[in-house]
Amino acid sequence: MSTATPTIAPAALPVPRPLYWSVRRELWENRSIYLAPLAVAALVLFAMSIHGTVRLPQRVRAAAASDRGGPQITAVTPYAVAPAPIMFTTILVGMFFCLDALYGERRDRSILFWKSLPVSDRTAVLAKAAVPFVILPAIGFVLSVAVMSVLMALGTVVLLANGLRPASLWADVGVVSEPLIMLYGLAVHVLWHAPIYGWLLLISAWARRTPFLWAVLPPLALAAGEHLAFQTSYVGAFLRYRLGGAMKQAFILEGGKTGNISRLSQLDLLGFLATPGLWIGLIATAAFLVVAARLRRNREPI
Amino acid sequence: MSSIEARGLRKTFGTTVALDRIDLRVEEGRILGLIGPNGAGKTTALNAILGLIPYQGELRVLGRDPWTERDQLMRDVCFIADVAVLPRWLRVSQAVDYVAGVHPRFDRAKAEGLLAKTTIKRTSKVRELSKGMVTQLHLALVMAIDAQLLVLDEPTLGLDVLYRKTFYDALLNDYFDRHRTIVVTTHHVEEVQDVLTDVAFIDRGRVVLESSMEAVASRYLEVLVHPERAAEARALQPIHERQTFGRSILLFDGADRQRLAGLGDVRTPSLADLFVAVMGAQSVEAQGAAR
Repeated sequence: MSTATPTIAPAALPVPRPLYWSVRRELWENRSIYLAPLAVAALVLFAMSIHGTVRLPQRVRAAAASDRGGPQITAVTPYAVAPAPIMFTTILVGMFFCLDALYGERRDRSILFWKSLPVSDRTAVLAKAAVPFVILPAIGFVLSVAVMSVLMALGTVVLLANGLRPASLWADVGVVSEPLIMLYGLAVHVLWHAPIYGWLLLISAWARRTPFLWAVLPPLALAAGEHLAFQTSYVGAFLRYRLGGAMKQAFILEGGKTGNISRLSQLDLLGFLATPGLWIGLIATAAFLVVAARLRRNREPI
Repeated sequence: MSSIEARGLRKTFGTTVALDRIDLRVEEGRILGLIGPNGAGKTTALNAILGLIPYQGELRVLGRDPWTERDQLMRDVCFIADVAVLPRWLRVSQAVDYVAGVHPRFDRAKAEGLLAKTTIKRTSKVRELSKGMVTQLHLALVMAIDAQLLVLDEPTLGLDVLYRKTFYDALLNDYFDRHRTIVVTTHHVEEVQDVLTDVAFIDRGRVVLESSMEAVASRYLEVLVHPERAAEARALQPIHERQTFGRSILLFDGADRQRLAGLGDVRTPSLADLFVAVMGAQSVEAQGAAR
């Protein structure tokens, strides 16, 4: 009916990008997504640069004096673990973000504004899921590489100033392998934790109050109840496996410990892909997100 | 094509019937006022029209089923659900960016122009704005969208009279044309009565009266009766009577104008008075039915 709508003829309006703008809107609202990892990165950098200037020359001298293959680890270990607090922060931020993502907008009634625009519930939920699945890991990776680079540069300067050869530092820290290991570690953790994020988004869309308690207490109660009733701990083991199992499934750990991963040969991609828990988790994630979108459609502001 | 067409629209919440088989038809280019007491079902009706809640019965909005085709419908429909739904952390510039980014029919220049007429700073957050300014911002965003249907649910609630007046002026002068349809609910009946083309009274989930404003004017008459003719006037069965400054004002439904003119000063009743009269008659009926 062209005669009925002569005024509606957008000539050169830009193509709408609902998903892109919905992700940006999450970053506007939740500045902790980048501020928290940034703060932790600054803290790590500060602590490590003190360590680097004071302790590094001693360690390199000790390693050279003992003249064995082993002691590099002692010199290098702090460098390898530097990204860990940053990664941990991104995971924590992601989980708390998910818990509030679909709950907060109902509580402050702003959902009525978001729903007045042509952005589907599926797009809105995907944009929120993109934060722990894409945005936070990317921020974690960039910050970790940046912190490592600064620390390596600082270490080099310190060693040179002390009349030591920086080559020993560069030989021990894999310039290429470290970022690759980090990237791999981030990817497997995102995939492994995906159902946790999905679960938190689902509870966030469902709960009328205290989404944190609804998300955390039922699984814990189930584990405790099972333990009391049957003296078994299958639920508890399942929860622990889902939280921390990625290290065991995706890496070849030395002596079974989740300690230092420093070699590319320790990455076990095929073993990870062959883990049924990965695929079951991803299917569960998809189901959680579909239900979360459905709930967002039906739920009213609280 | 009707903008909104509802037949037997019904919505229940548990045992509460919010909408009791409503029939409603709004043509393109009309401004319908949906008027009723609190809890009458106005907001429920709007929520059904906007595809925010599922319903029973038949409902087409711009030819679409609002529940199953909501995503497509939202390109052509705009709504202000409440004055307080803009998120408090949002900056004014971000609000404009976001709507421009997701809405294919948003005219950024028009929104900027409307905002330029206000004192709203582009860098302010919504939480820093007064209630009136938040409404101005929301209205600027909505008026810059080239929608076919605009739904306003109590858009001026909590605003002072100056903002309420400019709100409707802006809507009429800068937005409304014969291709758009507006549906508005409000408590401030007296402020919208000159704006509306159509009115629907809604009470306890039912449409009690649905009419164009012209039809209201020709059907309902109010007479300021001369005291000595009061008994005579009452014999003509007014639907409502009230006293003002010692004189009786009687409201008639479908009476002969010539005949009433002999009894006193005849005029068209205000929407507010008509509302009281019609709703009063309803509640008397309801009590009668209950007995």
